[in-house]
Amino acid sequence: MSANTLATMHPGDIATILHIHAEEALHKRLLALGFRSGKKIELIRKASFSGPIQVRVGTTDIMLRRSEAAKISVEKS
Amino acid sequence: MKRIALLGMPNTGKSTLFNRMTGGAARVGNWPGITVELLSGKILLGGDMVEIIDLPGIYDLHGFSDDEQVVRHFLHDNVPDLALVILNASQIERQMSLLLQLKQLNMNIVVLLNMADEAKKFGISIDAAKMSELLDMPIFLLSAKYGTGYPEALKAATKALSYPTPGMAEELRSQLEQDEHIETEMAKVLKDAVQIPARLSDNLTEKLDSVMLHPWFGLPIFFGVMYLLFQGIFLFGQPLQGGIAQGFTWLRETALVPLLSGLPQALQGLLLDGIYNGVGTVAAFVPIIVLFFLFMAIIEDSGYLSRAAFLMDALMAKLGLDGRGFVMLLMGFGCNVPALMGTRVMRSRAMRLLTMLVIPLSLCSARLQVFIFFTAALFSAKAAPIVLFSLYLFSFATAILTALIFKHQFKNTEPFVLELPPYRFPTARQMLLRGWLEVRHFLRRATKFIVAGVVLVWLLTNLPFSATPSSPDTFAGIIGSALHPVFQPVGINEQLTIALIFGFIAKEIVIGALAVIYGLSGDALSGAIGQQLDWVQAYSFMLFTLLYTPCLATIATLQSESKTLKFTLLSLGWSLSLAWLLSFAFYQSARALGY
Repeated sequence: MSANTLATMHPGDIATILHIHAEEALHKRLLALGFRSGKKIELIRKASFSGPIQVRVGTTDIMLRRSEAAKISVEKS
Repeated sequence: MKRIALLGMPNTGKSTLFNRMTGGAARVGNWPGITVELLSGKILLGGDMVEIIDLPGIYDLHGFSDDEQVVRHFLHDNVPDLALVILNASQIERQMSLLLQLKQLNMNIVVLLNMADEAKKFGISIDAAKMSELLDMPIFLLSAKYGTGYPEALKAATKALSYPTPGMAEELRSQLEQDEHIETEMAKVLKDAVQIPARLSDNLTEKLDSVMLHPWFGLPIFFGVMYLLFQGIFLFGQPLQGGIAQGFTWLRETALVPLLSGLPQALQGLLLDGIYNGVGTVAAFVPIIVLFFLFMAIIEDSGYLSRAAFLMDALMAKLGLDGRGFVMLLMGFGCNVPALMGTRVMRSRAMRLLTMLVIPLSLCSARLQVFIFFTAALFSAKAAPIVLFSLYLFSFATAILTALIFKHQFKNTEPFVLELPPYRFPTARQMLLRGWLEVRHFLRRATKFIVAGVVLVWLLTNLPFSATPSSPDTFAGIIGSALHPVFQPVGINEQLTIALIFGFIAKEIVIGALAVIYGLSGDALSGAIGQQLDWVQAYSFMLFTLLYTPCLATIATLQSESKTLKFTLLSLGWSLSLAWLLSFAFYQSARALGY
């Protein structure tokens, strides 16, 4: 199930970050916010009307758009 | 004078700490190497005056966001004598990377682990002494909100300032790229000095979020909050504004008029109706700005603004804006000026400018007064609410249109990845300080501009002195008739054109100007206007008034916030063209349809 991305997860799912396929600016921002391959990530909720998603990495809650979430591949655990 | 730079990630309570240290006596200033202004304040520390500079919150010293570049350039060109690095203790495991990046710059550093109380609630325990030893830097736990740990930190800062300031070697830059080195060092410090529970304890934030961000209830709650905010500002603001206006009139009648009665008529007019009224116009904005930022401080510091962004992003992303822009746009329906100032929460300049271009199209409460007067004069009691509602629709539609047209010019390149900080109670001190700082900022930046504008319009409507004020023989009247070919196709007559010139200052004075122009007031004025105009002309005038330019204070704020004349002129030119085109389209098609 390596084709999964953060965008395909459902609320309550916990997964492990495999890889971040993002351009440099986004990549750096994500790294600074604690996104690293091997880290656990939990999807907390999705906003209505295809809005952003809320995830938890470590102790931090972060929101990002689904288009950006699609660039982060994960493995469900 | 020695300099201390305050550094840290966003949402670490850095600004709260800055305000506590400087006691609100901060000023904005320019620095070599960067184009944005930074807040700084001077304080007495250990017998010497030192300057503290509040640098923007950043995630990454090597990042590419506007703020990250500002900090990098600042440090490059103005090496501080001490870097006070503020980290959020409850997010220590990811905030340490920034500290280690800064450490590599070989600066004097004192570390403050803020929100120590919050971290404790999460069950995170930090051994500050151990961490200090591992990192070879002084580290203090504190709560900027409650002031604990603060005296010790100041003492350490004083001591660190006595060390010589190390120069920054160029080769450090390349060394900075060694992120792997940072990662291993980070892991080691965390392992030895920090304990984080595997799963964070269930807390209030999570329970609140399950309601506030609920898929069905989230949006209605958001609109409820916005409604309360809006009502709150104007419920308290309007009596205050009225009180200030009365105070100004009282001072004028009891002191200034008798005092100046010896002067020639024209000079009296210039001093009282020009300069004094200009100052009064500025003063009228003070209560609204204070209240707006009191309430904004609650929304922002409590953490709700990020939630609003979460809820509204789906719609706003299509317009090239984000959810925070929506909050400001809504607040613009009360008053454009504080809404424009509030866009400072957006850290991407392109997105901020786009939001500032859209806000002046919001139908503010001053414009509403004009519309209520005209709808009452020309429409039946049944039709009036529909007419007003249609103007609100036009306001929204033109805002959306503007965003869609200009979103490519002001393309936001920063990724939309925001933290959702835990809900916090804002402190009263923080709220009041915010209101006070914003008002001072507005007064400093806008007063001259507004007073000059009011004086100019007074001169236009009173010169030459041989003419009756505001009559067609004054300069304003001459301009009005010169503009006749422009305004005739949109159905706006010469008297209304002069009123539009007045409306450039503030929409509040449009009705008063019409009273002077027609020499009538109250019901007699609305009767005369109702006789002279038909509804198509009146509606066209209202459309033009809605869009052409909000007021002088808005233009002054656009200029002081964007700091580019080109942008201010673009906003002005766009709203004027939009006003004319829309009024033209409406007027001509209504006439063509036989109305």
